Order: sequence, then C-alpha cells, then structure tokens
Amino acid sequence: MTNPTLAAGAVERHLRARRDTGRGLLMPYVTGGITPGWTDYLRAFAAAGADAIEVGLPFSDPTLDGVTIQQASETALARGASTRRILADLSGMPDLGVPLVASTYYNLVLHDGPEAFCAALRRAGVGGLIVPDLPVHEADELTDVAAAAGIELVLLATPATPQPRLAEISCRSRGFVYAVSLMGTTGERAALAASAAELTERIRRVTDRPVLLGFGISTPDQAREARRHADGVVVGAAVMRRVLDGAGPDELRAFLATLRQALDQECDRPR
Amino acid sequence: MREMLPWREPVPLDGTMGEPRARGRFGEYGGRYAPESLVEACREVDEAFREAWADPGFRGALARLLAVHAGRPTPLTPARRLSEALGVQLYLKREDLTHTGSHKINNVLGQALLATRMGRRRLIAETGAGQHGVATATAAALLGLEATVFMGERDIERQALNVFRMRMLGAEVVPVTTGSRTLKDATSEAMRHWVGASGDSHYCIGSVVGPDPYPWMVREFQRIIGDEARGQCAAELRTGVPDYVVACVGGGSNAAGTFAGFADTPARLVGVEAEGGAGAARGRLGVLHGCRSLFLQDGDGQITQAHSIAAGLDYPGVGPEHAHLRDLGRARYVTVTDDEAVGAAVRLARTEGIVPALESAHALAWVIRAAGGGDLSAGSTVLMTLSGRGDKDVSTLKELL
Ligand SMILES: Cc1ncc(COP(=O)(O)O)c(C=O)c1O
Repeated sequence: MTNPTLAAGAVERHLRARRDTGRGLLMPYVTGGITPGWTDYLRAFAAAGADAIEVGLPFSDPTLDGVTIQQASETALARGASTRRILADLSGMPDLGVPLVASTYYNLVLHDGPEAFCAALRRAGVGGLIVPDLPVHEADELTDVAAAAGIELVLLATPATPQPRLAEISCRSRGFVYAVSLMGTTGERAALAASAAELTERIRRVTDRPVLLGFGISTPDQAREARRHADGVVVGAAVMRRVLDGAGPDELRAFLATLRQALDQECDRPR
Repeated sequence: MREMLPWREPVPLDGTMGEPRARGRFGEYGGRYAPESLVEACREVDEAFREAWADPGFRGALARLLAVHAGRPTPLTPARRLSEALGVQLYLKREDLTHTGSHKINNVLGQALLATRMGRRRLIAETGAGQHGVATATAAALLGLEATVFMGERDIERQALNVFRMRMLGAEVVPVTTGSRTLKDATSEAMRHWVGASGDSHYCIGSVVGPDPYPWMVREFQRIIGDEARGQCAAELRTGVPDYVVACVGGGSNAAGTFAGFADTPARLVGVEAEGGAGAARGRLGVLHGCRSLFLQDGDGQITQAHSIAAGLDYPGVGPEHAHLRDLGRARYVTVTDDEAVGAAVRLARTEGIVPALESAHALAWVIRAAGGGDLSAGSTVLMTLSGRGDKDVSTLKELL
C-alpha cells in the first residue's frame, strides 16, 4: 500500500499533519479584492490560527452562493477585482505558513484555459482549488492539468450524493474532501444541518483524507458540533457578512479566535 | 451579411439534431456542469425523461394535452401581402396562436407531465418575458401543481401584464434584485432555489439551456413546431421544403424545435439574435447555468449583461446545440437591432393583421433585411416561426410609437 501522506500534495500533507496532532481544522474564506487592503485579512486569519485559507475569485454569476457571498462578489467586482489582480496581490505577500486554496466558478478557469489558470495560481503561491460547478464527472479536463501544476483540486460531496459516487469523489479529491453540510447555497444558518453528521460518516467510510464541513457554519457552537463529525470547518458567509458590515482584520481575527477556541476544546469524537 | 461563409451542404451527420452524444455533448458543448448538490436531481430528470419519451402512454397523454388544452396543431399562415412586397414567399408558423400565446407552452406541458410522473408537487421556473412563467403557471394549475417563478425586477416592470397573469393563475412570482435584474439573474436564482428544493420540486427550465438533459429534453418537447411545419410545408409548398427556416434565438428553444424538423433537409437554418444578446454570433466558450456553450464575457471572463428590447432575448448566452450547429456551419446566426425589430413588428401588424411578440419580430426583421439586401434571392420560400403574440409588449411599444 502506498503511504497516503507521501502521495499527498502540500495542502493535504499540511492538513493531515495538523489533524494528526488532534487539532480541529479551520479554513476561513475571504472574497479576493473585497477591500483595498484585503490581504490584511489573510494575515489576520493566519494569526487567529487558520489551518488553510480559502480565497474566492469573484464571478459575476455565483450560482451556488447565497446573498452574503453574492454581495461580496458584486462589491469586489465593482471595485475592479479580477483573477489577475487578486493573484498579483497574493504574489506580493510573504509566506503566511498556511496553505491558500482558491475557489471560483468554472467559467473563470476556462476563460484562461485550465493550464494557464493553474500555472497562474501556482505562481501566486496558491496550493489548492475549489470549483463548485465542476462536478467529478466533468473534472477530467482539469484534474491532470491541476496535478501537473501542483494544484490540489478539491471536490465537493453533498447529502444527495449516492455512496458509490461519494467513493469516487473522495478518491479523486485532493487536499481534502469538502463536505457540503446541507442541500442549499452558502450562507449563515441558525443551526448545523442534521444532514452533516450522516454525510461525514458516509465519507469516512470510504476515505481517510481530511474532511472539512462547510456551508452554514457560523458560530463557535456550530463549529464545536461540526468538529464531532468532521476534521474541521470552512467558514465563509459568517466572515464575509462581518467584512461587508465594515469589520476590519482585527475584528475578524477576534471572531476567528472564538471559532479556534471552540475547535480546540476537547470533544468526544466518534472515532 | 454578404461576406458570410458558404452554406454547409449536405448536412453533416452530427448536425441532424438527434440524441446528444455521451455525457450530454453536442460537439464540445453541453454537459452537466451542475453543482454536486444538483447532479443527482439532473440524473433523475434524465432517467425519467428517457423512460417517458419511450413510453407511448406518456406521448399520447402529452399529445392530447397539446391538442385539447394548448390548441395544437398551430396553422401555417402564408404572409401574402408582405411576401409580395418582399419578393419572397413567407410562411409563418403560428406559435402565437397557442394557449398562453407562445411556444413556451409546448415545453412546459411536457415538463409538467414529467414532473407529475416523477411525483413532484411543485414547479420552479425562471422567466424573462414572462411567457415561460405564464406557461408554467398555466400547466401547474392544469395539473394541480404549485408554481414558483423567478423573474428579474427589471422584467417585472416591463412585462407587468404577464406578472399579473401568473399571479391570477395561482403562481408565486419572486422578484430577483441582483445583477442585471433580468433573465440571467432569474435563472441563477431559480437554480439556487432548486438546490434546496430538489426533493419535491421540478425545475422547469424554459429554454434549451441548463445542465444535461435539459437542452436535449426541451428541444424534444419543442420539436413539435418543426415536425408540424415540415408536414404543412410538404402539403403547401411547391418545393415541399422551404429554402430558408428562420427563428429568433434567446436561449434558442423555438429555433431548436423548428430546426429539428428540417435538420435533415437542404433547408438553410437561420437563428436571429438580438444585437445586444448575441451569444451564438459573438459569445466565447464558457460555462454558465450548468452547460458549456457560448456566452458574452468581458476580458476577465465575467459574464456581461445582455440588452434587448425583447425581454425573452435578453440572455448573454445560447443553448449548446446552437453553438454546435454554428461550428458545423449547419445553422447561421445573425443579429438585428431593437429598432429593426420594432419596425418589423409594425410592418407585420399593418400587412398581415398580426401583432408579434418583440422576440419573434427579430426573426421577421432579418427576413425583411435579407430580402431587401438580396441575401434572400427573389422567389425564395421562407418558413419563419412566429414564436409569440405581442400583447405583452403593447406597453413597451406604446412608449416608442
Ligand atoms: C415569444 C417568445 N419568443 C422567443 C423567446 C426566446 O426564447 P427561445 O429562444 O428559447 O425560444 C421568448 C422567451 O421568453 C418568447 O417569449
């Protein structure tokens, strides 16, 4: 058997290593270009104990996003944000010691062409990529190109995904498996969806890759609850609502610290 | 228009508008670029549609609904006075005479019947001009389903009559306030809603766009336009098959349904787009709303807003099969301006006593221009699909005329 840690890319190795210390993983999200000094948010996220950071490349038609991230995308685009400018901003940053994972819709990948797009990510120091409208059966065009460029293509799994397909997704995903906690769009929710537990349990049956739960996770309590099922959480809309309301990097750092703390608390994990 | 490439004849095998290839492909276009949350729902629609389409019971039930409720078959009307003036023989396939006033009802009755077969209790739809929304609301009422229709705020203003009709028919109309507040954004919002509602709701897409199987399924439900017209032309035209087959293209459903009846003939297929929404004529390869096709985009890959006086053509992309027919050279895609369309609408009203939808007026505007400019040689026979009636556009026209 091949050693999964050796076969894995840098993002996955990083997440596995952190997970193996017993730590709950935290991946906050920020829409690239949302404010003039938006990269300060990345520094704040790293300082708050993020294990990876998701950077959204805004698209005009974010069909899987709820109102908050739609608004953030519109705001960033109105400010003149583009893939090129966001990656240029990232290139100018010192290494944060935390892997960066870009997320965007497939049209932006196709626009540059998968090869040029992945090469540009790599040059900007990005290690992973999430494309929510590129399901596994359409991903062939991107998987090998991404791998060759050193970009780990993260695939999403949802409560509606049948088990054999879940196995394929978990096997072909790189970096981690993105577990979509509920049947809906991104956006804050009052409680962790009941479907989250069953989904992560089904993913665990077929892979030992890190599993991060996302969509709707907005509070320390929800993060703590999510941690009982998954290796960690993705927090997007809860971050972006604060950013849209004018919160600066320090306030976001304080908010993420509360999530960090919740994830660090001892918990009775099922495995 | 003179510098266009020669027509590609005979018909390439791949351009006969049969079933798409594996994974819903029309050439390199199509596919199922849906978020993972919707992939299973798409698969269920695909499976149900394949079964239903092969089932004579389903076909019979649909044919009966189309006949007794929608008023099919629709006539083929020779446009005598206009033909004389233009020096061509123009025939109109009268989708404006269907119940609800446009071809949209053909597709909606098919999908609504499919939804009941799948045990769904609600239809979700997007609408631009409101014609697809009205058709969806109508089919839902007829079959005892609920209907939720997403419509851009801007279209709600310019198509107020149809908004009232939908509500009168018992549908919920949800205003969409994001982006350009037109069809593109209504479609995005309907898809978002479907993600959370796929358990009990069917997404009834209104054109030959969206993830596989929609482009194929909607074309099959619309092919009745072309099949009827083929038979009517065989009976009425000396040549049997018209020289030109023309239809307007928003997403492309009335054109696809019309073309499907003639793809295996020597007829020249012409799709007419709005100048400000010319996905087929000016789009670039991209992925939006679940399919790979041609879309208007800026230099950064952002989808640009379409602009057309006809709300139903106000879409920055085109169905994947049209992109493929364009690449093959089997169909040609041309554009006309708002002014040309308005002029054509008035001309049809005054020569034939028919007030067309502004969408359909685009197809006519090209016929008028091409006949005048010599692109249609004198005496050519032209079949044009008149996709809808103009009642919904009366307030828009009133401000202009
Ligand atoms: C009368 C009419 N014609 C044409 C269209 C354009 O749609 P499609 O290209 O799918 O036929 C619409 C859309 O709303 C319409 O209402």
